[in-house]
Amino acid sequence: MKTLFNSGHTACAGCGQSMAARLVIDAAGPNTIVVNNTGCLEVFSTKFPESAWGVPWIHSLFENAAAVASGVESALTYLGKKDSINVIAQGGDGSTADIGLQALSGMLERGHDILYVCYDNEAYMNTGVQRSGLTPFDTNTSTSPAGKQSTGNIRPKKPMPEIANAHGIPYVATASTAFPQDIQRKVKKALSIKGPKYMQIHVPCPLGWRSDTNLTTLVARLAVETGLYPLIEFENGVLTARRQISPLKPVEEYLKTQGRFKHLLNKPEELKKIQEIADSNIKKYGLKVSEVTPPTAGSGGT
Amino acid sequence: MFGPLVCKPGASRNNRTGSWRMESRPKFLKKDCIACNMCLLICPEACISGQGKNNYDADFDYCKGCGNCAWICPKKDIEMVKEGHNPTGVGLPTPIKEGPKSK
Repeated sequence: MKTLFNSGHTACAGCGQSMAARLVIDAAGPNTIVVNNTGCLEVFSTKFPESAWGVPWIHSLFENAAAVASGVESALTYLGKKDSINVIAQGGDGSTADIGLQALSGMLERGHDILYVCYDNEAYMNTGVQRSGLTPFDTNTSTSPAGKQSTGNIRPKKPMPEIANAHGIPYVATASTAFPQDIQRKVKKALSIKGPKYMQIHVPCPLGWRSDTNLTTLVARLAVETGLYPLIEFENGVLTARRQISPLKPVEEYLKTQGRFKHLLNKPEELKKIQEIADSNIKKYGLKVSEVTPPTAGSGGT
Repeated sequence: MFGPLVCKPGASRNNRTGSWRMESRPKFLKKDCIACNMCLLICPEACISGQGKNNYDADFDYCKGCGNCAWICPKKDIEMVKEGHNPTGVGLPTPIKEGPKSK
C-alpha cells in the first residue's frame, strides 16, 4: 500500500495512535512538513536509523513542536513557499495539554498557518501510563492508582478543544479513530483554512487502557456513543457541527471494555458521576438526535 | 560531534515486525468482500493492500496480528486463524543473534 507512514514502526499491536497518524499524513499529502513532540509517536516511528515517515519530519524537545513549527512556517513564508507546503505540528496529550501548552498557546496566539494535531491517548503511555491533564476522571493509572482509599484520577479531563477555541482561531475539531473517513475529512478541511488550527484525535492505547488489541476501534466508538468524547467542530469560535448519537449508550458499556476502569464496575456512585460527565457533554453540545440546535449555533452532524 | 540525525524516508520497512505476531494472523476469506476499504484504512501497520472486491491481502512481514481488520470487517470476511509453525520461514525476519544474557 502506498502511504506516507510506512510499515515497520515499533508501535504495540493494535495501536490507535499509529492508525490515526497514518490517516492524518495521508490526508495531508506529500507536500507536508511534520514537527513532532516527544511521545509514543516520536519514539515508535523514528527508531534511529529508521524512519516510518515519507515526509520531512523534525523532532526537537518534549514541549516545543508548536514553537519549532512556528519557525518552519515563518521560514517558508519568507521564502514564499508557504502556499504549496503544509506544516503539521503533532504530539500526544501530555506534550500538548501539560508540558507544551505554552508553546501551543503561543503558536495559536501568533496566528501561524499550522495544523496542530493532538493524539489523545489520555495518559503518558510512553513512560508507563502516568496521568496527564487529559486523563479522564476516575482512571486507574500508575500515578493515580485505584485502591481502598482512591478510585483513580481525582481531576476531570482538561477541556483542550475549548482552551484552543478560546484563542479565537479559525478551526478547532475533535475526531476519533473509530471514524477514519471523518479524520481525513477534518484534516483536509483544516488544511484548506489559513491560520492556526487545532485538532484532537481520540486514540485508544490497548496497553495503557488494558483493552483487547482487536477492539481499538470499538473502544473509540463507544467513547463517542456514550457521550464521553463528543465529536465537535468550532469555526471562528462558533460550534458549527457535531456528531449526534443515536441511540445513546450508558457509560458502563464503554468502561467495561477497559481494565483501567475495572475498579468502577461495582461502585454505582462512581458510575453515576461519570454518567453525569457524559450527560453534561450531551447537553452542552446537543448530541442527542432530537435536539434541534446546540446552545451556541450550528446545524447538522459531522 | 553529532549533527542533525537524518534517516532515509520510509526506512522503517527494514524492520520486519512480523515476528511480533504470537497467537493469530488474519485470513482473508475473499468470499463476501464488498471493497469498503475499512481494513486498509484502520490497519495500524499499514500492511494491508488491495483494490476491488475479494482482492485484499496483508503483508505478513509486518502484520503484528492485532485483529482489528477482522473486527471491523462488516461482512466478517476476515478471520483470525491460529499462528502455526512456520517451517519455511516465509514472513519471518532474519533471526537476531543473541548476545550473552545478563542476569
